[in-house]
Amino acid sequence: MKASEAVRDDIKTIATAADKKSTKTHPRISGDFLFRNLSAAVAMLVAITLLGILIALWREGWDALHHFGWKFLVTTTWNPVSEQFGALVFITGTLVSSIIALVIAVPVSFGIALFISEMAPRWLREPVSIAIELLAAIPSIIYGMWGLLVFAPWFANFEPWINSHLGAIPGIGILFQGPPMGIGMLTAGIVLGIMVIPFIAAIMRDVFIITPAPLKESAYAMGATTWEVARKIILPYTRTAVTGGIFLGLGRALGETMAITFIIGNANNLSASLLMPGSSIASVIANEFTEATTPLYKSALLALGLILFVITFVVLVLAKLLLLRLDRMEGRQA
Amino acid sequence: MSIFSIKTRLAVLAVASVFSLGANAAQITGAGSTWVYPLVAKWSAVYAKKTGIQVNYQAIGSGGGIAQIKAGTVAFGASDMPLTPATLAKNGLIQFPTAIAGEDLVYNLPGVKAGELILSGPVVADIYLGKIKRWNSPILAKLNPGLRLPDMAITVVHRSDGSGTTFTFANYLSKVSSEWKEKVGANTSLAWPVGVGGKGNEGVASYVQRIKGSIGYVEYAYILQSKLAYARLYNRAGKLVSPSLKGFQAAASHIDFTKAQDFYVILTDQPGNDTWPISGCTWEILRKDAPKAINEQVIKFFTWGFEHGQGMAKSIAFGPLPPSTIASIKAYWKKNLGI
Repeated sequence: MKASEAVRDDIKTIATAADKKSTKTHPRISGDFLFRNLSAAVAMLVAITLLGILIALWREGWDALHHFGWKFLVTTTWNPVSEQFGALVFITGTLVSSIIALVIAVPVSFGIALFISEMAPRWLREPVSIAIELLAAIPSIIYGMWGLLVFAPWFANFEPWINSHLGAIPGIGILFQGPPMGIGMLTAGIVLGIMVIPFIAAIMRDVFIITPAPLKESAYAMGATTWEVARKIILPYTRTAVTGGIFLGLGRALGETMAITFIIGNANNLSASLLMPGSSIASVIANEFTEATTPLYKSALLALGLILFVITFVVLVLAKLLLLRLDRMEGRQA
Repeated sequence: MSIFSIKTRLAVLAVASVFSLGANAAQITGAGSTWVYPLVAKWSAVYAKKTGIQVNYQAIGSGGGIAQIKAGTVAFGASDMPLTPATLAKNGLIQFPTAIAGEDLVYNLPGVKAGELILSGPVVADIYLGKIKRWNSPILAKLNPGLRLPDMAITVVHRSDGSGTTFTFANYLSKVSSEWKEKVGANTSLAWPVGVGGKGNEGVASYVQRIKGSIGYVEYAYILQSKLAYARLYNRAGKLVSPSLKGFQAAASHIDFTKAQDFYVILTDQPGNDTWPISGCTWEILRKDAPKAINEQVIKFFTWGFEHGQGMAKSIAFGPLPPSTIASIKAYWKKNLGI
């Protein structure tokens, strides 16, 4: 959502200029009026739907939230038999898998976008761009099946190595100890990373390409390398949109359900190791919703949905604040 | 694009919807258990050809099936976990069993072939509790004299999605291990002490096929389909048995359904020499206050299934109900629905 806004900002100037021109030549006020109200109504519809979902989740999840109180957020027990529910395992799983995904996806996407916009020969740009867009169009269940049947067994071959090398490092070693099963938090994060790369890369490419050529060319003329141009000219110029793209990717990673369910291992226990199985909010809802027969159980699952909603919302707000702060720093520098 | 053409289209739409309403009259809707889905699908395909009546069954899960029949949106619900007589009475519902199935443990052990591994209920419970951690543990060695079990960690695989298969498995473990009953219990989803969760039978099966040293539980039909290495078990009578349709039916034959109110019996851990210990059943749930015509349609379909669908059931690894059970189901219908 954020990214499209950013891109829109960038093209707004052009659009308004075009608007002015068109109103001068074709004064169709009634059509304009109709169109404005129609688009306003559609925009409101989105807001109302969002609010409706929030209210529904709140109402349905209230039983569980009321019953367990704030402890719902910090306890790790999830026992449908004794009806003891706590969300911590799933909140952790959602955040950890999404962070792993971003750690992988952001540098890779940056490389892809930079290659397409700066380094690739003109004839190669289009095919690579289309390939990335196709990657975004693959249904998530396909990623899940690929992850389970191809990637996880292959990745399992490297896990003994991870165990003995990374697992031996004092301090962070505990993150990399576990049975070499191929499935687990790390695998889920990696596949999630591959899934969000097209989204981040596509936005980065779009904004890298529209960076004004005179800016880049003057830097090159002064003897800057491609890396220097990328770091000092392109990135500062496109910062808003790049941040937006990253958060769009994060938003997608947080809510991803099907692929994660296949490869995260679905264990409702908290463990320090990334090689151990875990669970995310979306995966546990997908797994257990159909058979949640008692009202409290169902309510606990819907409360999880509300938490996911809130996490996504907080992420968006943080992105907005970050951008504001960057803008302010920019102002101070100038 | 004149207004007239839109009007014409609306008219066509209206006529079409009248016709589709007409078609709905010859349709039975049901929803619930994914376990029984292959059976209902198979029966309904043949039934539709013979009678023209469509059975539209949606495998949305037992929980969903129970919710739908309570709300009265379907003609019948199906659940792998029977409702208690009290719950049935409170909601004006009745239930009856459809077919018997079973499940077994499957494993991935280098050098150990299908049927070679022998387990007992309490030992399975200890593995799933995380108390027996390695394949070369003395307890497993004692059950399997002559079998060379590797020095390998046991990776426990269970279902991640809520499922009647899990309920049946956990119900069996609760009967044979007091520690399991106390710490974990039985439900469609559990707080598993150890292990990884695979989605669906296929998820568990594929985890077991891929992870060396793993053990999981799947429905019998899946064992046949995916040619997995299955374990033999000691049943309640102390006899060593392999999973088979005969074994599932033996479990049902030892139950006196006439004594159990609303067929509220679970088929696990039944007596009898041939009995397979992890046998289960699916229940169909009907509303007492549904229009008689609808209940009649549902009952006609299941009566037909009981009488003509047994061969089809066997072909997809469902055990037919014993004749005595079918007789008591018919008596139950008469008593509760007057049909």
